[in-house]
Formats: sequence, structure tokens, C-alpha cells
Amino acid sequence: MEDLKRLEEFQAKIDKGLKIEPKDWMPEKYRLQLIRMMSQHAHSEIVGMLPEGNWITRAPSLRRKAILLSKVQDEAGHGLYLYSAAETLGIDRKELLNQLHTGKAKYSSIFNYPTLTWADIGAIGWLVDGAAIMNQTMLARGSYGPYSRAMVKICKEESFHNRQGYEIMLSLCNGTPEQKEMAQDSLNRWWWPSISMLGPSDAESVNSDDLMKWKVKLESNDAIRQRFIDRTVPQADFLGLTIPDKDLKFNTETGHYEHGPINWDEFFNVIKGNGPCNKERLQTRVDADRNGQWVREAALAYAKKRKEQEVTA
Amino acid sequence: MTNTTDTQWPLWEVFIQANPGISHKHVGNVHAADAEMAIQNARDVYTRRSEGISIWVVPSNQISASSPEDMGSFFEPSNDKPYRHPTFYKIPEGVKHL
Amino acid sequence: MTEKDALFEYCLRLGDSSLILGHRLSEWCGHGPILEEDIALINIALDFVGRSTSLLKYAAEVEGNNRSEDDLAYVRNERQFRNLLITEQPNGDYASTIVRQFLFDAYSFYLYTELTKSKDSTISGIAEKSLKEISYHLRHSSQWILRLGDGTEESHNRTQNALDNLWRFTHEFFEMDEVDTMLVNSGIAVNLSDVKSKWMDKVSEIFEQATLTIPTNSFMNTGSRQGKHTEHLGYLLAEMQHVNRSYPGCNW
Repeated sequence: MEDLKRLEEFQAKIDKGLKIEPKDWMPEKYRLQLIRMMSQHAHSEIVGMLPEGNWITRAPSLRRKAILLSKVQDEAGHGLYLYSAAETLGIDRKELLNQLHTGKAKYSSIFNYPTLTWADIGAIGWLVDGAAIMNQTMLARGSYGPYSRAMVKICKEESFHNRQGYEIMLSLCNGTPEQKEMAQDSLNRWWWPSISMLGPSDAESVNSDDLMKWKVKLESNDAIRQRFIDRTVPQADFLGLTIPDKDLKFNTETGHYEHGPINWDEFFNVIKGNGPCNKERLQTRVDADRNGQWVREAALAYAKKRKEQEVTA
Repeated sequence: MTNTTDTQWPLWEVFIQANPGISHKHVGNVHAADAEMAIQNARDVYTRRSEGISIWVVPSNQISASSPEDMGSFFEPSNDKPYRHPTFYKIPEGVKHL
Repeated sequence: MTEKDALFEYCLRLGDSSLILGHRLSEWCGHGPILEEDIALINIALDFVGRSTSLLKYAAEVEGNNRSEDDLAYVRNERQFRNLLITEQPNGDYASTIVRQFLFDAYSFYLYTELTKSKDSTISGIAEKSLKEISYHLRHSSQWILRLGDGTEESHNRTQNALDNLWRFTHEFFEMDEVDTMLVNSGIAVNLSDVKSKWMDKVSEIFEQATLTIPTNSFMNTGSRQGKHTEHLGYLLAEMQHVNRSYPGCNW
């Protein structure tokens, strides 16, 4: 009875567009869904550092190297904001990381694809960050205060990521035939994973109803995907690149692009752990954590010693 | 894999002063083993784009907060005291510097 | 040797050390011991890449041969690189990275403090900007030396090992050849024997606080001023230069 009343008040608050804050009452399922989403999002940021970090040491100019370094650093920062936001729900980062390392928590399917050429760094900024921004601007309007505030900050910082990616593609497309071929090959490999990363079609998305009602999500996966495609196709045209979808066409009546069928089998397979790089990505994170353990312990031990000295002094 | 002595270090609250003359504002958190490290981490995480000129850090477990249940008793009593605001008072037209 | 040749060489030495150590630090990206430290290391790496860009750009300008900073970074062979040997040493564990960083940061701090007084205004300008970054780097690395040296038994042992291994690369920090002497005389470069005593005081003080011992009878490696490197540099350059060299003359 009490809970029902609280639930009504909670829903009324959300309907009014008010934010829910950490100490406010919330349904357990809301809390759990948020932890799931935020940690998945945080994990995606730090696993996402790997495919791009992979190219920092090989970036073809000093300018590109500096840009890529600062971009990957932003991703680490975004991971940190998101872990902190999740921590407001009473779970600590250690536990969240354990969930990642044991395979219990997921991260975005896209980062299980390999970055094979320099053009992939362009494609990731242009397509993957482009798609992510669509999703993130929506999440910034979500109902949970700490998540929404983290997303506002992230969106602000992300705007350069998308641009630097497009700029890389532009340089390649204005360059030699070999460079342009590299750009096209990269688009061919990243297009489908980028549009499927926005999540399964609404009909198949298990969590959608509650999340929409609680304004954790405000738009459907399909709606976000549509907007991403509508914005991206003209950008590809400008580059003189061909989107690898023979069914892609503009519908003059709706004003939207229509795309061919997405291979959801592949998507779900990658989510389950059977993508080209799942094993390597996870192992890298596990190794980093293990190799860092003695460092973290040393810092704590030193802090403790210093504190004891202060007390006795 | 779970190791009881291993941690991600204590959590700190970070406050940044963006410009001289304004107050520090809460911007987020970092994990750090000690205060000096917390300040450095806050600098690296929250001032990458010249967002600040001064940093405060406080261990998160040292923050005490009012609870949402107290909202009524804490904050509503001041709602019926409009005389605390300058707009409550009518000043005849033509009177200046008030 | 003309003063111009000497200045070109001097800028390469400063610029290459920054470039190569920045490269090594960037290898930590995504592999750091904790997220906050990943971010800190990338910040430092970024400072190094930025500093090397300025210095190599100036080197190219001094040379006057129509080369760019990218040409110098990407289209020289290992015998033409002038970075200090310590900067190319592999990251190893976190203790090795921190000891390498601390030894170099302390050196850079006193070196760049002096360089701010250089009669060459480009160099003094770069030094002034760099010195602020270096002061922060030194604060970061010296704090970590204390934490690791005086942390746990394991961290102490690892850090002592790293120091035992890397100390042999510090002697060449202070070597002076014709290039240095010529530029010291014209007020452009720094007399490294002045830097040496301050550096020695600083590292001795921190290592003592950190309960670490400086090795006494270590063999001292040298050679970077003649482009004689350790075997590690070749692999590093192969990785760094591969894309740029595979597509000569392209814009990126």
C-alpha cells in the first residue's frame, strides 16, 4: 500500500519532468535498470578506449596523434563520470568492474570490431560517435539526475569527437586514390555495426516499456537510428563515399531514408561474446586490472602509513 | 578474481571554482588513495578544458546530507515568509536607490 | 660545425626525447592501474607530444630544408634520432614507468628552468610553457615514487628493481659535446654540469624519503648524442612511422 502510493508519487514526479535524485525513493527495478544501463555505458567508454588506443602509437601525423590522445582521454573521463553516477545508486566501482571482468555486464557491441587501418579511426569518430551522440543527447534528458548531468557534460565534450572523425575521412577522400579506397573500405566495415549498435528494433527490445515510462529513455532505438541515418547519408555523399546498403533509398513522402535489413543475428552473437575481438578486449581489461592491483594496494598502504605518522606526530 | 583487499580507492567529491570571485561548484567525483592524489586526479579529470582555477576535494563519506523526507519540515516553512524578499515591498515610483 | 647545425641538433635532442617518451607513455592508454591514472598518463603524454611538435617544428625551421615537424618525426631512421636512451626503454611494470618518468622529469625540470633564460627566444618561449607542464609532471612522478617505494613490500621491491635497471641511463643526461659547448658559449644552451648537481640533490632526497637506494657501481650507457641507441628504438619507430611511410607525401 505504502509502496503503491510512493510509486504513484514517483511516477507523477517523472511525468512532471522533475529529476529523481540519489536519496529519493525509487522502485527497485528503476534502480537496477539504471545501474545496468549506466554501467554498460561506462564499460563501453573504457572498452572503447582500446580499439582507438590501438592507433595512437601509429597515428600518421603529430597533429592526429595529439587529437587522438585527447579523444581517448575524454573517453576515460566519460567512463569515470558514468561510474560515479552509477555509484550514487549504492554500488561501488569495484563491483561494477567485477561484473565487467566476469562477463556479467555487457558493453556496446561495436567495440568488438577490430580497427584495421588508420581510416577506421576516422570512421569511428564519424559513425560510431555520431550514432552515440544521438543516443546520448536523448539520455541527457532522462529522469535520473546524476545520469542526466553526466550525459550533459559528456555531450558537450563529445562534439569534437564526431568532427575530428569526419575531418579524417575528409582528408582521406581528398587525398590519393589509395587513401580514398582506405576510407571506403572502412565505411564498408563500420556502417552496419554502427547502425546496429543503437540497439534492437523496438519490437524486440526487452527493456523498452519500463524505461520509456520512467523516462530513462525518451525515444525508441528505431527513431534514433532513423535520425542517425538521415543525417549521415548526406555526409557520406559529400565525401563521395558509398554506403554499403543496396536497398538504401530516400523516401520523398516521409522525408526519411529507408535502409535494408539489419543482420540481428550477428548483433546478438557479438553481444553474447562471439564477435571478432570480444576475447581480446575483455582480456585486456582483466589484465590491466590485475597488473594494477599491487599499484593500488601500494598507494593505499602509503596513505595509511602517512595518516598514522600524522596521528603520532 | 574478487579480491577483498583490493579496492578502487576511496571516493571523493570534487568542487571547482571556475573563475575568481565565484564560489566553488560541485562537479563530480574521483577515486584516490589520498588527498593530494584526489586533487591531482580532479585536475586531470575535471579541468581538461580550462574549467577551473581552484579545486576542493572532500572524502565522500564526510559529506552529511539532509534527506528527502525532511523536505517538508526543512524548506516549506520559508515559503510563507515573502517579507524576506525585496519584491515584497512596494516603493512609490520616483524613489531611487532602494 | 656552424651554430645553425648545432642549434638544429640541439632541438632534435630536446624534441626527440619528448616525442619518444610521449610515445611510450601513450602505450599505457587503456592499460593503466586505475582509470584515474590512465587519464593522468594520457595528460602527460599529450604534453610531451605537444612539446616535441614545437621543438621539431623549430628544428625544421632552423634547418631551412623544407622539412616539416612530421617529416622529422616520421621520416628519419633510428641512427638519426637523438632522444636520450632512457626515453625509449620499454614501459615494463608501473614501477619502471614511474622511475623512468621521475628521473627524466627531475632532469627536465632543472634543464628547462635554465632554458627559460636562453638567448634564443623560440627556445626560451617553449621552455617557459613546458616548465609549467614539467612542474606538474614532476609532482606526479615524485609522489608516485614515494607511494611505490614506501608502499608495500612488493611495490618497494619492484621500484628498487626498476631503479637498479634504469640508473645506468642517467649519466648521459649530463654529457656535453661540441654542440652543447658551442651553444652554451652563445647563451642558447644550458651548462649541464649545473643541472647535474641540482638533479642529484632532488632525486637523492626523494629516493631517500621513498626508502630506495641509488645503485653505486652501475655500468653507464651512453650514445644518444651520436644516434647510437638501444635495440628498443627500432621497433618503436617501426610502429610509429609505419603508416606515414607506407603512403609517402600524403596529407592526413
